[in-house]
Amino acid sequence: MTTAVVPHDRPVRSRPEPSRSGRGAASRTHSRWFVPWLFLVPALAVVGVFIVLPFLNTLAIAFTDSTMLVPGQFVGLENFGRLLDDPRFVTALVNSSLYVVVVVPVMVLLPLVLASLVTGQSRIMGFFRTAFYLPVVMSAVIVGLIWTNLLGKQGLVNELLQWLNVVSAPLPFLTDRWLLLFSAMFVTVWMGLGYYMVIYLAALANIDDSLYDAAAMDGAGAVRKFLHVTLPGVRSTMLLIGLLSSIAAFRVFGEVYVLTNGTGGVGGRNLTMTMLIQREGTGLQAQTGYAGAISLVMFVLLGGLIAVQLWLQRKQADR
Amino acid sequence: MSAVRAVRSRRRVRPGAVVQWVVIAAMFVLLAGPLVWQLSLALKGMGDDLYAKPPQLIPTDPTLSNFGDVLARVPVPRYVLNSLVVAFFVVLGNVIGATAAGYALARLRFRGRGLATAIFLIAMLVPVETVIVSQFLLVRSIALQDTLLGVALPTMVAALNILLLRNAFANIPDELEEAAVLDGANAWQRFLRVCVPQVKGVITVVAIFAFVGSWNDFLWPLLVLSSDDNYTLTVGLNRLRGTFYDDPRLIAAGTIVALVPIIVFFSFLQRYFFRGLESGGLKG
Repeated sequence: MTTAVVPHDRPVRSRPEPSRSGRGAASRTHSRWFVPWLFLVPALAVVGVFIVLPFLNTLAIAFTDSTMLVPGQFVGLENFGRLLDDPRFVTALVNSSLYVVVVVPVMVLLPLVLASLVTGQSRIMGFFRTAFYLPVVMSAVIVGLIWTNLLGKQGLVNELLQWLNVVSAPLPFLTDRWLLLFSAMFVTVWMGLGYYMVIYLAALANIDDSLYDAAAMDGAGAVRKFLHVTLPGVRSTMLLIGLLSSIAAFRVFGEVYVLTNGTGGVGGRNLTMTMLIQREGTGLQAQTGYAGAISLVMFVLLGGLIAVQLWLQRKQADR
Repeated sequence: MSAVRAVRSRRRVRPGAVVQWVVIAAMFVLLAGPLVWQLSLALKGMGDDLYAKPPQLIPTDPTLSNFGDVLARVPVPRYVLNSLVVAFFVVLGNVIGATAAGYALARLRFRGRGLATAIFLIAMLVPVETVIVSQFLLVRSIALQDTLLGVALPTMVAALNILLLRNAFANIPDELEEAAVLDGANAWQRFLRVCVPQVKGVITVVAIFAFVGSWNDFLWPLLVLSSDDNYTLTVGLNRLRGTFYDDPRLIAAGTIVALVPIIVFFSFLQRYFFRGLESGGLKG
């Protein structure tokens, strides 16, 4: 599950102002120190046991040769050295990185265009907003199956292309190394457009209408209004969506899994980072230590993505 | 003002509006088209040429038998039931666990509050893929692999939801709780009777997104579940491609069956989806 906190362009108070009574109303009545912890027990238990503990365990096993059946010995950096010589790891890294490079610009721009086309109170626009959002609530598996049907050798897309004489033989959307990757990217965009569109809609609603009116007075057309009013007004949202969509793109799994029928493409050439972790880390033959090392690399790379985006955000704020 | 209106109304008939509607129409076809085509495929009978040129949208030999065939060979209702069980645990866990924790973090003062908040913040930033192998080892070590509880447990209280509710509780005016304190209410009573009713909207959003997230999750149940009887809908449907590789009609019928519940769910609750995204939401 991708998760995201959507900021308001208006500042939102995240914490109440300290009340005049000093430490707040709450402090005076619960005399027992453990009362707050009772409220926190379920959350701390689940998050502690199923997120923090596995994370620490990943840190530990990444430096061992442990397998699914045998807890291993400490081997230092050996797993990481192996990664560099593993063609599948290099392939997965290339595929996931390409995913970010291609998908993110589309996800930052296209939903913005879409959002600015369907803003407004009218009923018909409400209908289109809902329609454009619908793919977001579908699971990647179902969407993957739909597009498997459409992109197959005898699927609708190939039938249409041949009927229109664009191509003479069916295109190998689901078997060719690069076509498959681009097909999966297309499917990712297809599923995700509506999500980012709604985030943009919230940002667009915060742009002062009088700015558009003023631009209109100056004789600006739709395109110039978009460039000079809309774009500056949603700049921080664009950065946020850049962050969210790059993290999501690097983590891609479901679409590629279903389009390749779980194989990762011919010879595993369409594996992504998450698929590689899934393959290396499960099953009786699984080399969990090695999978842990891949996980750790992925963690660091995602952390790097976040750092870059935060740095951009700060740079923009300084301006 | 009248000048502004004049400019606006003149805009309506300009080519810009035409372009706008052309793009909207094209996007609509691109997004809705694949679904309509699946429906068409699912309804096509043996008499239909699936590969006719030009492609035929309206079935000439319409039938419902594809749905019967899929249900006979793949236990879709069983998968739906399993998905509902997992979603029930996840929604219940998040509503109770995240609400309680969010309240404590926002409105109770105690030593260690900053630390607890930091733990949840960090946990929120850990991408699940990077810990999933360890999660599996853990679930296996407590003998919960291939169980629905094992699928539900790791997401039963999501850190993001805790922080969303913490913010919601923090925005309640102090006066409300102070009045309850004067009436002698303890923390538990203030939580249930004063504060929870104030954040009902956010709790609803959390519940809905927890449901959709759980319903659509694929990677984790794929790792945990190994027997057909326990498959959730996504893992079970993944089998469609292998089972019916030769007949797109059956794959289409399977996807339609799987889509109906989530589309109905979405249509009834759509205002919450949009509200959720605007107030700090999450994606399923």
